[in-house]
Amino acid sequence: MEGMMGPMGTIGNKCPPLWSNGPDFQSIYSFPNRKSVAGSGPRKVTQSPVTTGTSTFAMKFDGGVILAADTLGSYGSMAMFTDLQRVMKVNDQTCVVAGGDIADFQFLQSVIEQKQIDEDCRDDGLSLKPAALHSWLTRVMYNRRSKFDPLWNIYLVGGMQDGEPFLGYVNLQGTAFTETLIASGLGGEMAVPVMRKAMEVKGGLLNEQEARETITKCVRLGYLRDCRAWPKYHIATITKDGVKIDGPLMIDSDWEYAKGIEGY
Amino acid sequence: METLMPKELPMPGFNFENCKRNAMLAGNGYKPPKMTKTGTTICAVVFKDGVVLGADTRSTGGDIVANKNCEKLHYMAPNIYCAGAGTAADCDKTTAMISSQLELHRLNTGRQVRVVAAQRMVKQMLFRYQGHIGTYLIMGGVDVTGPNLYEIAAHGSTSKVPFCTMGSGTLAAMSVLESHWKPEMEEEDAKQLVREAIRAGIFNDMGSGSNVDLVVIKANDNVQYLRGFDEANVKGVRRDKYSYKKGTTAVLTEKVRKIQLGSKGEGCQFVVESEEVRHVEAMDTF
Repeated sequence: MEGMMGPMGTIGNKCPPLWSNGPDFQSIYSFPNRKSVAGSGPRKVTQSPVTTGTSTFAMKFDGGVILAADTLGSYGSMAMFTDLQRVMKVNDQTCVVAGGDIADFQFLQSVIEQKQIDEDCRDDGLSLKPAALHSWLTRVMYNRRSKFDPLWNIYLVGGMQDGEPFLGYVNLQGTAFTETLIASGLGGEMAVPVMRKAMEVKGGLLNEQEARETITKCVRLGYLRDCRAWPKYHIATITKDGVKIDGPLMIDSDWEYAKGIEGY
Repeated sequence: METLMPKELPMPGFNFENCKRNAMLAGNGYKPPKMTKTGTTICAVVFKDGVVLGADTRSTGGDIVANKNCEKLHYMAPNIYCAGAGTAADCDKTTAMISSQLELHRLNTGRQVRVVAAQRMVKQMLFRYQGHIGTYLIMGGVDVTGPNLYEIAAHGSTSKVPFCTMGSGTLAAMSVLESHWKPEMEEEDAKQLVREAIRAGIFNDMGSGSNVDLVVIKANDNVQYLRGFDEANVKGVRRDKYSYKKGTTAVLTEKVRKIQLGSKGEGCQFVVESEEVRHVEAMDTF
């Protein structure tokens, strides 16, 4: 008899817990002759990100790469974790900066860390290079996407590849490419024109100082117009001398002109 | 004072007369025409002596460029101009309608129109239509209170701002303004800033393109409409032609037929009157 009173006082398709605050075993055991509730089951696939990081910024300069991201993990519209470091040092020639779901990033972070530890253990003088990491990351992301269970992230991989600066992008769909300047998210939409303009005016790659100023400007622009951004950020600089991660740094604001605004 | 204004004042409440008609048409299988949008970059800044408004000139219908060189800076009053983004027709007509009401207002009061009056009229009309009129405006002008700049969204909300951008190229242009705007700028600096902001939109946003138009408004109706201030995308000049000279292909035979239309009674028949065949000496091609 379907639907009506079943064993142990079940009503319709819902089974009340056997003891107070007991588990909802609708999701654990499918009762015979009962329609299973759609979407139930402890095995779920990623459908939307939970705690997210917003924009990321990166550009090559003459002799290296600069990556930057703010320190916020947003829980929807709540600024939940204001001290996250989204810029990760992999080794002395590679860095990764991530936007999107923080849990997925932290999962991959531990995998990448372990990869690096394995490399160190091998102790053969060779280290994980940025292009290799980028390639591996692309395969991982695309594979997950093909299983309809993506790691909901956008990664920017930056580093020195055989003495030349390398900068690559991989996202949750497995889209991957390498470029001279990349910025993701809402801040990215504001940053890319600025970075492009800076390079156009210079006529080529900027030097380290100029690139750092440009990236700092971009982080500030992102903070001004993105509701999910934060004024604290990290900057990673990778050159042939190694990796330097500065931060957390603060963005300054000047609101003097607000005094002159009245009415709407 | 008896005013002629009441006739121009719109009826209060929401006027959705055409919605029933549209629903009926859709039910009969009529597909509404695709709106020409202005995927756009518009921006404006307040500077020391007034306001500079700028716009690109690309108008898009879906993914196709409908108009390569359209005008997005609309006249409202001698001292007020509007840059419009959103649906092209809505922007054109809304600004035209309010502009005519402003002229009546100006004649009625005998004074220069204030920007806030124009903004009020637009916002009240747009709110009445609950956002169905897709007009996103940046309204700027100089009146007795000084330079004024407002941004007006389709649902009827407004903001008084020292600088603003709108359209699909908003973020690209805003990045330039946020980086370089400061209060009390000089006129030339303000013009260059707006130009740079529109250029950022033109080159980084797919919905914007072609040229930059500017309007500089200063006190006492001192307005400079600079159409094509920056022709950022000039069409390339064709340097050569790929047509072949006459005689490249040898002509062997020439037939000339004189053809007449048959008389009406037989329907439209083509009757060959005469034929002339000419054999032409083939040219030496080596």
